Amino acid sequence: MDQDRIRVQTEDFSIEEETKKLLACSKRIGGVVNFLGTARDFSKGQEIHKIDFDHYPGMAEKRLAEIREQALKDYDIIEVTIIHRVGEISIGENIVLIVVGAEHRKDAFRACSWCIDELKRITPIWKKETTPDGIVWVEEHP
Amino acid sequence: MVKVKFFAVLKGLVGKEEISLEIKEGTSLNQLIEQLKADLPPLVDIMQKGGILISVNQEVLEKDAIIQDGDEIAFLPPFAGG
Repeated sequence: MDQDRIRVQTEDFSIEEETKKLLACSKRIGGVVNFLGTARDFSKGQEIHKIDFDHYPGMAEKRLAEIREQALKDYDIIEVTIIHRVGEISIGENIVLIVVGAEHRKDAFRACSWCIDELKRITPIWKKETTPDGIVWVEEHP
Repeated sequence: MVKVKFFAVLKGLVGKEEISLEIKEGTSLNQLIEQLKADLPPLVDIMQKGGILISVNQEVLEKDAIIQDGDEIAFLPPFAGG
């Protein structure tokens, strides 16, 4: 079950499907907060044509699992799903999804915000942007 | 023998994705870095610039950590997921 809650994959995901799966785990859930990160076409004053994500297989999944476990300990929430796509991603496509289910909305919002910040801070995933001037590896996480 | 991996921008700068090399017993990460700099000159500038984390068997460790035969070491540039 937990393996399905943490995924690093090349294929797209369905927000509706993941939300349904999370809701199915407990009837106590009264609020679900989703964070969806998508590929935008503009960054630091430059047009972006496409994005590629590289990751450290094994370590990236391990970090996401730690984030999920920590969120379940530190916040009054019921379940968390974290999915990150890797490989080539076109503009407008989905990149990352975090789904948090809790009895009440405030805990779900707080946990979801913490999870995405932590994902950016500790997960070995890297982004390469293709711009009109060439290819740039992004080195910060705003 | 240890395995050393380079990810993302480092892969291109170093010109390799993975190398294997022999180490002496009691070698620290710092000593490994020095050994690698001799074989892979781009590493000198990369390490000087800073911001690179080093993991051993997928755990980020300080550079005075001692490594062992069979370890998997990875040079990790700043993360940019999400």
